[in-house]
Amino acid sequence: MSTTAAHQITAGFMPLFDSAVLVAAGEMGFAAREGIELKLHRETSWANIRDRIAIGHFDVAHMLGPMPLACSLGLTPLASETIVPFSLGLGGNCITVSTAVWEGMAANGAAPDLDPARAGAALGALIRARAAAGRDPLRFAVVHPHSGHNYELRYWLAACGVDPDRDIEVVIVPPPFMADALAAGRIDGYCVGEPWNSAAVDAGTGRIVTVKALLWRNSPEKVIGARRAWAEENPDTLAALLRALHHSARWCQDPANRDELAALMARPAFLGQPEAIQMPALTGRLQLGGRAERRVEDFFLPFDKAANFPWKSHALWFYTQMVRWGQLRHTPQNLAIARDCYRPDLYRSALRPLGVALPGANAKVEGALKAATPVGSAGASLILGPDGFFDGQIFDPDKIDAYIAGQKRA
Amino acid sequence: MSAGSLTILVIDENRIRASIIEAGLRDAGHRHVTVVHDVAGIAKRIAELEPDVIVIDLENPNRDMLENMFQLSRAVKRPIAMFVDRSDRASIEAAVDAGVSAYVIDGLKKERIKPILDMAISRFNAFSRMARELEEARSELENRKVVDRAKGILMKSRGLSEEAAYALLRKTAMNQNRKIAEIAQSLVTAAGLLGPLEGE
Repeated sequence: MSTTAAHQITAGFMPLFDSAVLVAAGEMGFAAREGIELKLHRETSWANIRDRIAIGHFDVAHMLGPMPLACSLGLTPLASETIVPFSLGLGGNCITVSTAVWEGMAANGAAPDLDPARAGAALGALIRARAAAGRDPLRFAVVHPHSGHNYELRYWLAACGVDPDRDIEVVIVPPPFMADALAAGRIDGYCVGEPWNSAAVDAGTGRIVTVKALLWRNSPEKVIGARRAWAEENPDTLAALLRALHHSARWCQDPANRDELAALMARPAFLGQPEAIQMPALTGRLQLGGRAERRVEDFFLPFDKAANFPWKSHALWFYTQMVRWGQLRHTPQNLAIARDCYRPDLYRSALRPLGVALPGANAKVEGALKAATPVGSAGASLILGPDGFFDGQIFDPDKIDAYIAGQKRA
Repeated sequence: MSAGSLTILVIDENRIRASIIEAGLRDAGHRHVTVVHDVAGIAKRIAELEPDVIVIDLENPNRDMLENMFQLSRAVKRPIAMFVDRSDRASIEAAVDAGVSAYVIDGLKKERIKPILDMAISRFNAFSRMARELEEARSELENRKVVDRAKGILMKSRGLSEEAAYALLRKTAMNQNRKIAEIAQSLVTAAGLLGPLEGE
């Protein structure tokens, strides 16, 4: 067993459930089968992940979907060209509020049904009532400025008539601290991945009011970010890694492996959280608080619905949100950098030899599929969608200017 | 300007390490050094202090929060750069290896921050070495305790002298290619499972 692996890869990850595909690739033998010795390093902040990729401590890492864009666009202190050859999954986040805020929302028409429009309307009414009474604005936390969490929370609020910059305060809190900060009253709500929503429900201090999968079904979340220079110097190693991740993702999606996966992630080296608290992410069966339970279709997908394909339309949607919230100026150069950051070409060339289903295009119109739809693909069949935004909006990556102009008025 | 005119904020939850860094900075002639252990309410502290340099431990998960605060610039009016200079890869790597991350408020010269960073790195390294030695000393002490207990069990259950008990442990360890402390631990565990052989 001690033969030297053909490839050595050092990978960073954060203790979150959606690192599962990367973790299982290393721990369940998928990497070894592709001749890879995968060294996993747990990190404590996204800033560390980003810096260690930038200076070459890590070849690849579990990253927030918009983070490689931010690195490549020079929005971070240590700018570095980071590419995305693989996505680690779709969905997985929730929006949780304190019991006090929930009571205020319920008084304004919210019901424990996760309906984003209804919950958003109730929250908007509560926020306006508080402002009228001269009370402090509510404070919501997300995990990082360049995160899907930040953009989906803002998208939801804006669509419901709340200006996230004027009407509330948005702060950053590390995922494992969210539930405690909520319980201590330092924040009134947050958007984070599992298991950190179920943790607040478990503690009786928070209520889950809506989920990412209902705000934008089958929407992008974490990715594998790779230093571009490393990827270009080691194309075979990267391809072998992508194949290992593909097999790992399929294993993670299979319900037959749920117990084993939960036990793996529960180990102190990974999440260090009880297996039971990971089951909502795996089954989509969520306890919302106050004995309400809801099962969410496609809550978190590590493999199905082309979850691992790095769609350029995902990168471009993140780009539009960076522009929308003032993190970036919309210029042809910036747009080109964002477009080049996600690399479906690398995904295709690595997986083509396996004969797996590959999408026919590199980008899609987001929000256009109202039902599950088989799509033209090379090899086996591939089902996409439904993928709607909750407010019925469509994002066509060929009409970015119009989309950016339109969302400014929202 | 003398070295002492810089305002430096050290954020470290580890009080011992923080005081080691603080002492180092003071030795180097920096008079305006503030140490904070808890990031709660840090925005207000930064606004009051207006530090030129912030040194924070990489293991602190609140780095993301702190960075964002700089970007929002509600508490800090000026933009920041990290690790002195983006192109200075060697000092970045040294800092990351040591576990220190320095935020430098915009406008500070590279020559002025370099000694602070070097000092912080060497102090971080010294602290890690100290922590490692402490850990080794502690496990050494624990090993000795468990070997003593194992000897006691052998003496009592097999009527051996202390010397003979130790020799038996050593022989078993050599035969199994394991450490004496490991063999001793197995024996203590097994004895615990088998019943009240040992009163304590």
